Amino acid sequence: MSDDFDLIIEPGGGIRRYWRDLWKYRELFFFLAWRDILVRYKQTVIGIAWSVIRPLLTMIVFSIVFGALAGLPSNGVPYPIMVYAAMLPWQFFANSLSESSNSLIDNANLLTKVYFPRLIVPAGSVIVSLVDFFISLVILFGVMAWYRYLPDVRMLLLPFFLVLAFLASFGAGLWLSALNVKYRDFRYVVPFLVQFGLYISPVGFSSAIVPEKWRMLYFLNPMVGVIDGFRWAILGDAFPVYWPGLALSACFTLLMFIGGLLYFRNMERSFADVI
Amino acid sequence: MSSVIRVENLGKKYNLRHQQREQYTAMRDVITDGFKSFARKLIHPFQFSTESGPSSEDFWALKDVTFDVKQGDRIGIIGRNGAGKSTLLKILSRITEPTTGRVRIKGRVASLLEVGTGFHPELTGRENIFLNGAILGMGRAEIRNKFDEIVDFAEIEKFLDTPVKRYSSGMYVRLAFAVAAHLEPEILIVDEVLAVGDSQFQKKCLGKMEDVSTREGRTVLFVSHNFSAINTLCTRSILLSNGTISSYGNSIDITNEYICGLSSKQIGQNGKFDLTNRVNLYNKGVPIILSVTVCDHNGYPSDTLVMGKSAKIQFELQEIENINNLDFGIGFYTPEGFRITSATTWSSETVTRTNSNNSLKVTYQFDMIPFTAGKIMMSPSVSNSKHGIVYDHPEMSCYFNVVEETLFTEKKKISRTYGVIYIDGQWQLH
Ligand SMILES: Nc1ncnc2c1ncn2[C@@H]1O[C@H](COP(=O)(O)OP(=O)(O)OP(=O)(O)O)[C@@H](O)[C@H]1O
Ligand SMILES: [Mg+2]
Repeated sequence: MSDDFDLIIEPGGGIRRYWRDLWKYRELFFFLAWRDILVRYKQTVIGIAWSVIRPLLTMIVFSIVFGALAGLPSNGVPYPIMVYAAMLPWQFFANSLSESSNSLIDNANLLTKVYFPRLIVPAGSVIVSLVDFFISLVILFGVMAWYRYLPDVRMLLLPFFLVLAFLASFGAGLWLSALNVKYRDFRYVVPFLVQFGLYISPVGFSSAIVPEKWRMLYFLNPMVGVIDGFRWAILGDAFPVYWPGLALSACFTLLMFIGGLLYFRNMERSFADVI
Repeated sequence: MSSVIRVENLGKKYNLRHQQREQYTAMRDVITDGFKSFARKLIHPFQFSTESGPSSEDFWALKDVTFDVKQGDRIGIIGRNGAGKSTLLKILSRITEPTTGRVRIKGRVASLLEVGTGFHPELTGRENIFLNGAILGMGRAEIRNKFDEIVDFAEIEKFLDTPVKRYSSGMYVRLAFAVAAHLEPEILIVDEVLAVGDSQFQKKCLGKMEDVSTREGRTVLFVSHNFSAINTLCTRSILLSNGTISSYGNSIDITNEYICGLSSKQIGQNGKFDLTNRVNLYNKGVPIILSVTVCDHNGYPSDTLVMGKSAKIQFELQEIENINNLDFGIGFYTPEGFRITSATTWSSETVTRTNSNNSLKVTYQFDMIPFTAGKIMMSPSVSNSKHGIVYDHPEMSCYFNVVEETLFTEKKKISRTYGVIYIDGQWQLH
């Protein structure tokens, strides 16, 4: 008997092979991300300018509405910087969500014509949003320089919170992209989710204004932990982190990510047939 | 030689939805359906849910497909639309999972189910070469090594840095194909991609594929509706029908079988013409010729005959007295009604006939079909030529189609534009 076949295709497929394939197809992953970035900056006339203008405008509007008009506290930090420090992870999350939820459908042609681990499609979308994130980060430094605001060593912990933001974005993206293939009306849910999320997450204000007894519940929103973490890392002690809440947020994020991964893997088999 | 692909009892089941306009489910429907059945349960708590009629139906696109491919084989896959060819290739290239069975593969597989998969119109030719190469499974270094060769093959040097949305469709296909042609897998899976592009470029691609596969012993699975391409490239072929393999063998035989089967099925006549329901212009209106059957060179009833091959035309007659004095004939016409020639018993030396209880059969045997490809109409006749009496003569009542055998070899091409009759002779230059 010749048992030296490299590949066995059976109903059910092998999970071990999948992770190996994921590594094998890393180059395709980079190419797809590269394509999306390239296309984005080629298509839009203002290109990079757009990813600069949007967070800046939002920052100005929020500073006026929440800071100047509503007079919410900012603990001595310039209100625009407080808003911007939260805008940074929020924009990343929101962009990832909207991009990745449509990513499989936008690449339907690819899914039905070639094999690759489908995971790299939503992952690519998150990576593209990450590029925007870094552009925004540079702007943050610009804004901080403008206000002559100096960050301290805590800034070095930012990558940890970025990883948390990444897991939250990717986890939610996995759920939404897979659901979107099966239930196509999910595409109407996502913009609403993003819009709504902006108001219930502490972007325009500090999470400290949430009453004590609702605190833990509030932290069930994964972005609350991430945003608070960002504020703390960038702005320091003016925004102390509520550690139990953060831990809860992180656990919930991890759970969402793992659940998303499992759900995606499960649905992945039928993508090419259903899409 | 060892097997590189072994397919066992492969099956693929699809769910065909009848009610919904689209394949996907709408969450909205799931929710409303849920509410409906919930409401129904509230109203009739003890009634078992009578599942609503089949809104979806299982459909086996492939069933019990088993075959083996040896290293270096070039296999053609043919079959009618919806026979399951693309489904088979999709399973082999892991795009979709089988429902039953198993496939074992040895070696690196590249599949080409479409030219230019993943091409992005906004990107330049150069960028698309890299992108498409990566999508087809080439590494970055590999693409870089072959880059010049690809550009040469596509003949688009001047437009390398133009977005492909500005390309003519021909240029687009060339570029896409050039990338694909430089794939170097051990097993290449190709679906109907040759249908695009101009014929010269198609030849070039086919040549390249053949060249590489013979020189390097590459295994190729090739789906096409173009039989000359199948016969040029593939040594063996699989004929799929309704998701099962109906035959597997020598390409020429399989394509032949397919053409005959296909045309008879499509016309529904199968080379049999029932002539009972008509008014005979002679013999007081009673038909004497009951039916005419056309049989191809294999002896099977078929209305498709191969140019240069033998064929038989058989009539079935109503019994009449004075059988010894009857004459039979067939007039052959172009569809426009021009009489090409006739075959008659009074001009022929041998007459074959078989008596069966109530009817009588007359067969005319062609040694070689002398007509070029196209439709030939026939007027069978029964008469007594000595006395000039006609008993039955249904004009242009049956026909057959001639196909060129050269369709398969591509060596010579004689079509109707050259004439109706095919003559065989030699040219000599002095
Ligand atoms: N995703 C799908 N969902 C449901 N049915 C499908 C799906 N894909 C293919 N089918 C059905 O499976 C059958 C086989 O399709 P397939 O594409 O393999 O045919 P084919 O032999 O390639 O035909 P063609 O010559 O037209 O390309 C068809 O009846 C088709 O309707
Ligand atoms: Mg097909």
